[in-house]
Amino acid sequence: MFELLSTELLQAYWWCIISVLGSLLVFLMFVQGGQTLIYTIGKTEPERKMLVNALGRKWEFTFTTLVTFGGAFFASFPLFYSTSFGGAYWVWMAILFPFIIQAVAYEFRSKPNNLLGHKTYEWFLIINGLLGTLLLGTAVATFFTGSSFLVDRSALTNLADPIISRWMNPAHGLEALLNWRNVALGLSVFFLARVLGSLYFMNTIADEEILLRSRKQVLFNIIPFVVLFLAFLYGIMIRPGFAVHPDTGVIYGEMNKYYHNLVQMPIVMMFLASGVVFVLLGVALPLVDPVKNGSSGFWYAGAGTFLTVFALFCMAGFNNTAYYPSGYNLQSSLTIYNSSSSRYTLVAMSYVSLMVPFVAVYVWFAWRAINRRKIDAAEMDGDGHAY
Amino acid sequence: MSELYSNEALFFDTFAFKIAGWLQVMQLNRTSHKQNIMVDHVSLSLIDWSRGQFALTAIYHWIFVPLTLGLSIIVAIMESIYVRTGDPAWKRITRFWLTLFGINFAIGVATGIILEFQFGTNWSNYSWFVGDIFGAPLAIEGIMAFFLESTFIAVMFFGWDKVSKRFHLASSWLTALGANLSALWILVANAWMQYPVGMQFNPESARNEMVNFWAVLFSPVAVNKFLHTVSSGYVTASVFVIGISCWYLLKKRHMDLAKRSILVASIFGLATSLLLAFTGDGSAYQVSQKQPMKLAAMEGLYKGKQGAGLVAFGILNPSKRAGDNADAFLARVEFPKLLSFLGYRNPEAFVPGVDDLMKGGFRPGYDHVNILEKEHTFSVEEKIIRGKRAVSALGAWREAKTAKDTVKCQAALAELRTNFPWFGYAYLNAPESVIPNVPLTYYSFHLMVYLGLFFILLFAMVLYQVTKDRIENRRWLLRLAVLSIPLVYLASEAGWVVAEVGRQPWVIQDLMPTMAAVSRIDASSVIITFWLFAALFTILLVAELKIMTRQIKLGPKEGGTN
Ligand code: HDD
Ligand code: HEM
Ligand code: HEM
Repeated sequence: MFELLSTELLQAYWWCIISVLGSLLVFLMFVQGGQTLIYTIGKTEPERKMLVNALGRKWEFTFTTLVTFGGAFFASFPLFYSTSFGGAYWVWMAILFPFIIQAVAYEFRSKPNNLLGHKTYEWFLIINGLLGTLLLGTAVATFFTGSSFLVDRSALTNLADPIISRWMNPAHGLEALLNWRNVALGLSVFFLARVLGSLYFMNTIADEEILLRSRKQVLFNIIPFVVLFLAFLYGIMIRPGFAVHPDTGVIYGEMNKYYHNLVQMPIVMMFLASGVVFVLLGVALPLVDPVKNGSSGFWYAGAGTFLTVFALFCMAGFNNTAYYPSGYNLQSSLTIYNSSSSRYTLVAMSYVSLMVPFVAVYVWFAWRAINRRKIDAAEMDGDGHAY
Repeated sequence: MSELYSNEALFFDTFAFKIAGWLQVMQLNRTSHKQNIMVDHVSLSLIDWSRGQFALTAIYHWIFVPLTLGLSIIVAIMESIYVRTGDPAWKRITRFWLTLFGINFAIGVATGIILEFQFGTNWSNYSWFVGDIFGAPLAIEGIMAFFLESTFIAVMFFGWDKVSKRFHLASSWLTALGANLSALWILVANAWMQYPVGMQFNPESARNEMVNFWAVLFSPVAVNKFLHTVSSGYVTASVFVIGISCWYLLKKRHMDLAKRSILVASIFGLATSLLLAFTGDGSAYQVSQKQPMKLAAMEGLYKGKQGAGLVAFGILNPSKRAGDNADAFLARVEFPKLLSFLGYRNPEAFVPGVDDLMKGGFRPGYDHVNILEKEHTFSVEEKIIRGKRAVSALGAWREAKTAKDTVKCQAALAELRTNFPWFGYAYLNAPESVIPNVPLTYYSFHLMVYLGLFFILLFAMVLYQVTKDRIENRRWLLRLAVLSIPLVYLASEAGWVVAEVGRQPWVIQDLMPTMAAVSRIDASSVIITFWLFAALFTILLVAELKIMTRQIKLGPKEGGTN
């Protein structure tokens, strides 16, 4: 059935899948956000234990989504994979290192004889929470602000130096941190993750103290999130964006391009607006009545996060826009048309993508099975597995 | 096209970008001039450090992977017995091994993520050249395998009192299935690099494109590699379980747990070690067909012959060089004609050595990838010439395409297709660079095979003694079993050294050597990340070993906590 779709549709379909995975990833970053709060919300050792265990049942989902996001990007838009990862070397390395230390931290933290002591592993979690969110957000922001690279397919015939894509800034990606728009999005992701993390604690832990402290953190973090995120949106809309001519494929600067994208794609505008509303709703509900609505806020804010990020990805890739622009050489910019896999691979992978809903269903099922009962101090001391 | 918003207008609108731009200009002056690009070389040290980094991270990853593959199944078997019999002792045993599984799993995941992204960060040109084919299994692995693994592992650990016995058991099997499926997809990807099939080069996009998914999935190399590698994981886990249980028997602790575990692991181990030897033979057969240079290195064979023997024991002559007349071995014991038989299923077949493969011109007793080579085997020099023809035809095609000259286009395309099988040879600096490190490949291969045969024996002896219920009295056997734990890891790593070092310099056999695959970054950056990885992974490994040995000393807790 996918054979019947045009190549352009297949490319658009795959950009949707990438967007879904990216949006899920940002939602699941509640784990990272929660990790930065273990000392703020957990004042005693038993409290921290509950927090770490609440997150510890979910961290694998975030991690696996990150891995799958990378793999799916590789399969569907390999030129992005090779250009961005090989070029912005230092940013990606700086993102990966925190994930290495996170992966061992939960399992090793409370085991006896663990070499580094449980404080160190808790710091691993905090570092991962801080850098993971901040840098990933910054990297995504370059979808709108651009990077400096050159793609030259004829390089392959240069026997001494056949490398097709090259990064033209010696900072190899770290230069992205010098643009305030990138940093604004990075910080927004960081604060949003902390909001989600606090809401998640309210959703899963049955403990009065933790409930109240989490509520406070929701309030503290939602404000900088809103300010920074609006600043980012404003920052990318008032300036030229990267447009593609639909017939020639030529890339050019268009004033207020991302604003136009919103206006010209009303459905995306709707996603964005409802996303923001849902996030605010998710925050407001438990603030009004933490005991009654404490649990549901997480799901509203989570859905809102998903919609907002999805809208951002649509703005970056659709409506004749270059999603990975190069400011060094405009014509090197990547669009969903010039950077995708071949038609054959896109079709084959589209069949594979039919598995995604199936995966989502069993993940949901397993999630429910584990979270049926809220975490409390008694469970931590029982004979079950605890980190 | 808007003239108003040139690059500068887009980018230099913030102070920050002024700095970045200034750095850019410096960089521009250094490298990006057209003429400069022509004389710029990909530096050797960049290639070597990138290889080193990949090898380092892969070797670390592979310390943890085999145990995950095998122990997930052994734990699931033990839990099945528990569910069948309802005997709480089996539950305790299951949970004890599950604890060790969890410790190992965490660090397996930590090292895996680096490998995946390294294809992009360090082998970016490779990622473009074959991303159309190679990215697919990686993505399928994520969607199909990693989610299965990570979802149900949470149920395995936290679900004991939350879900039914049957749901829990199903989760254990699904975790094992997920781990083994992930092995399938990554090994399909790796096998494709050893034996590229199911694709065609597209001069427009300058990359290889998939034309047949099933050919990639069911390539004979992939099938053998998958079976051999997962069974190596089963053997590793069996030796691990037996070794630790034997240590308990030596210490006279947890005797019941130990004997029951030994029973399960030695049956599982015996069956899978036979499969391992069988698929190892299948792998060697594939290597002789598809990568004759690797086979020559595995056997230290320089001068090819008909009816070639298999070296049972041999010490390589360290001063032997390709092309000279020195004997390759200082001492050797051979099984006559066995190599020809194993490699070609014909005791009289001609097996080419390193020298033959360099010089070409022999009548091949094998069915190589390149149909053309059936008629006549080319020397490496000839292959380099043909590779260069392919590359310049690609250039000519692109020029003609720009000039819209269809006649020239067609001629160039025909030339490109004829010579494409040797495309990668164009990038080699010297013919000798197609020879891998012979001693490393040779010794690793022989070590693996000796140990493979030894493990079959070990499992048989342990199984016999445990069924006679007198294993605790055979203290030499208990000690041998404990000692086997490091040996099995050695065998397993040696296997990858054979597979990967033996195929150098190719990242993709005959199509792309390492020097054409790297990312264009400074060698110094890779040196820094290399040492960061080395330090971090070593610290984490030490932590893991300390935690693991402590858990083993603690043993299963009554009531069974993990
Ligand atoms: C034969 C098996 C095998 C081989 C050759 C490899 N892996 Fe692996 N990998 C596994 C078998 C496995 C596993 C058994 O599924 C792991 C190991 C431990 C674990 O926890 O899962 C895993 C974990 C793992 C993870 C973390 C997955 C998660 O999110 O849970 C990633 C990203 C990779 N691997 C990627 C790679 C790459 C890119 C490889 C090749 C260069 C590679 N692995 C070789
Ligand atoms: C986990 C098991 C593996 C181990 C222990 C291993 C080992 C190695 C080693 C030792 C090298 C360096 C060879 C040299 O430069 O001399 C290497 C290189 C490499 N391997 Fe593997 N490998 C493993 C799995 C894989 C898999 C599954 C793939 C592909 C999917 C792969 C792809 C590569 C690549 C791209 C390189 C770098 C290029 C090169 O030097 O050939 N490896 N590996
Ligand atoms: C019984 C005798 C054995 C034989 C004849 C054998 C044969 C082989 C051959 C020919 C290869 C290279 C395949 C290639 O380059 O594509 C290989 C690779 C490998 N071997 Fe073995 N092997 C044996 C035992 C073992 C044992 C005991 C282990 C570990 C417990 C092991 C683990 C591996 C691994 C991990 C690889 C790399 C993956 C692969 O290429 O399949 N092997 N083996």
